[in-house]
Amino acid sequence: MGALRIALFIACFNDTLFPETGKAVVRLLERLGHEVVFPEEQTCCGQMHANSGYGLEAVPLARRFVRVFGEYDAIVTPSGSCAAMVRDGYPRLAELAEDDRLGGEVAAVGPRVHELSELLVGVLGVEDVGAYFPHRVTYHPTCHGLRLLKVGDRPLRLLRQVKGIDLVELPDAETCCGFGGTFAVKNADTSAAMLTDKMRAVLDTRAEICTALDNSCLLHIGGGLSRARAGTRTVHLAEILASTEGA
Amino acid sequence: MSDKGFPAAAREALANTQQRRNLGHATRTIRAKRAAVVGEVADWEALRDAGAAIKASAMARLPELLEQLEASVLAAGGQVHWARDGAEANAILTGIVKAHGATEVVKVKSLASDEIEMNEALAAEGITAQETDLAELIVQLGDDEQSHILVPAIHRNRAEIRELFRRTLDDAGDLSDDPAELAEAARRHLRKRFLSARVGVSGANFAVADTGTICVVESEGNGRMCTTLPDVLVTVMGIEKVVPAFEDLEVMLQLLPRSSTGERMNPYTSLWTGTTDGDGPSEFHLVLLDGGRTDVLADPHGRDALHCIRCSACLNVCPVYERTGGHAYDSVYPGPIGAILTPQLAGLREGRTLPWASSLCGACYEVCPVKIDIPSMLVHLRGRIVRDAAEHGGVRGRLSGERLAMQGLARAFGSRRRYEAAQKAGRVGQWPLARGAGNIEHAPGPLHAWTAFRDLRAVPGEAFRDWWRTRSS
Repeated sequence: MGALRIALFIACFNDTLFPETGKAVVRLLERLGHEVVFPEEQTCCGQMHANSGYGLEAVPLARRFVRVFGEYDAIVTPSGSCAAMVRDGYPRLAELAEDDRLGGEVAAVGPRVHELSELLVGVLGVEDVGAYFPHRVTYHPTCHGLRLLKVGDRPLRLLRQVKGIDLVELPDAETCCGFGGTFAVKNADTSAAMLTDKMRAVLDTRAEICTALDNSCLLHIGGGLSRARAGTRTVHLAEILASTEGA
Repeated sequence: MSDKGFPAAAREALANTQQRRNLGHATRTIRAKRAAVVGEVADWEALRDAGAAIKASAMARLPELLEQLEASVLAAGGQVHWARDGAEANAILTGIVKAHGATEVVKVKSLASDEIEMNEALAAEGITAQETDLAELIVQLGDDEQSHILVPAIHRNRAEIRELFRRTLDDAGDLSDDPAELAEAARRHLRKRFLSARVGVSGANFAVADTGTICVVESEGNGRMCTTLPDVLVTVMGIEKVVPAFEDLEVMLQLLPRSSTGERMNPYTSLWTGTTDGDGPSEFHLVLLDGGRTDVLADPHGRDALHCIRCSACLNVCPVYERTGGHAYDSVYPGPIGAILTPQLAGLREGRTLPWASSLCGACYEVCPVKIDIPSMLVHLRGRIVRDAAEHGGVRGRLSGERLAMQGLARAFGSRRRYEAAQKAGRVGQWPLARGAGNIEHAPGPLHAWTAFRDLRAVPGEAFRDWWRTRSS
């Protein structure tokens, strides 16, 4: 695969709270010889609105996304759930708004939006990205990556090629961590019960680090681990893949 | 239904440690069984597609199929009654029981009967309804509530059941908690009822329009006792249980047991068509219950909920259900399917917090044998309820804190300038809260629910876009 010009759809969450993840994506893709562009007019995909019952409020954000990203052939995002919002959720928003034109536009842009591991393994055809990360790591497959995008074992194939990594399997990996967007505050008690079980699984692996495709889920898992002073932290997959020897 | 809502009911349920252990053990066991028997069917996905297609075609021509079913049942010697709601269905049933001078009925496990509170309605008329499904019997003896579609007493363990039987059954004095012994005690108790009851009551898993055949699947054989021993049999079924043709059972009877009990085939499948001289009941009544179903059918994005074949696979894989149990849903239909069915059957007047009782993880959709896209339907119902509250909830509905916050955020995201200003405001606004290693441990307002259980990462000094600008300048 030759050098691509790739538009970075950062996701508002990463932009504001996890800038290191975005920087890692840029470093990683440039290291692999591709050009990264960041359309600065991007804001938020509207997932929280759409999933919380405010779909009509999210429609202008879908229109905005199409306007900002419509011209790019390859779009990458370090967020499984935001990629799923565009590919899986936008067609439904267009239907809700009874906007056929938007429906056509989202159908056109959707297939060009790739979650990071999808872009690397599926589009760029690379599994060994030349990373070095000498830590004990466990991988939590986030629900929207797993069940909406169906990323399968792509993240694990990338992690297995990382030099120095001690990758350990997470028990009951495919069980939701309990984040679920506004679910975490609207049903905080149930969310906490799910989180406790996920934390137990993570801690049972004796990993130093729990990684995933989504900083939203990692904010939840990491926030629980931090509150419990558990001595295990969370790191986005992009940051592991961007790490190199001596860096 | 109480109006406590799911979050508060769940909070209480989560504190029940015994129930948590019981449910964790039971759902884990049944998940593994289901996965094993589904895994051995090479064309499982094709079967799911076939099941979904059968249900979709049945719902698309429901009025026609119901009339065909009625004609088939009448031709086979049965009688057919139409009930707009539970009250009408109960009145029809009560009338039939009284006409035969009976004061007791024996029941096959039936969710439709629970939905219309049949036992209570019969009791009000002086008629005793005897549950004969083992788990239903456990619930009935304990004056308890069902907490699962298939295993209504899943929240109980065998030690608790032993205590219940010792307390409520005759001659159960030295009973152990061995499942075989518990089942034997229930069997002795029920046998007397089967032999004396003159009216049996059932629901239906499927009703075949072209033959008039009713189908009930079960594990214990007690259901068949109810459908064959009494002289009169009354089946009360939701109208969505109709399938077009007898061949459709071939698909459904492969999908249901594997999804439900995790078995290749259920031990007892009873099929009956009207009445047969000298064999089984001499009188058969079919009561067709609407109970809000035609309203559900009217919503193109919600109607697939009627495809449900009540297997309970979605309950068993749901991480919310596994932890809260069924009672928190305060409905005959708990779990993911309940979260989309309960509010719809009640015309959004009940169960309004249920569509939010999900993290939208999607595990339910993955296992549904008729491919009901439950997560999408939950999102759809959230939208309907939010818009309904804004339109009909008066000033409180229009000016709810959540609504204003969502609209404010949508406005901020609507322009780059406002979005970047909001990022900066967040950084400045958090300074009294952030401490230590960039974590907020006590946040005000709705975010308090977050920091009650988890630390919240503070907004760092530089957003990604700020870095990008310095880098490219």
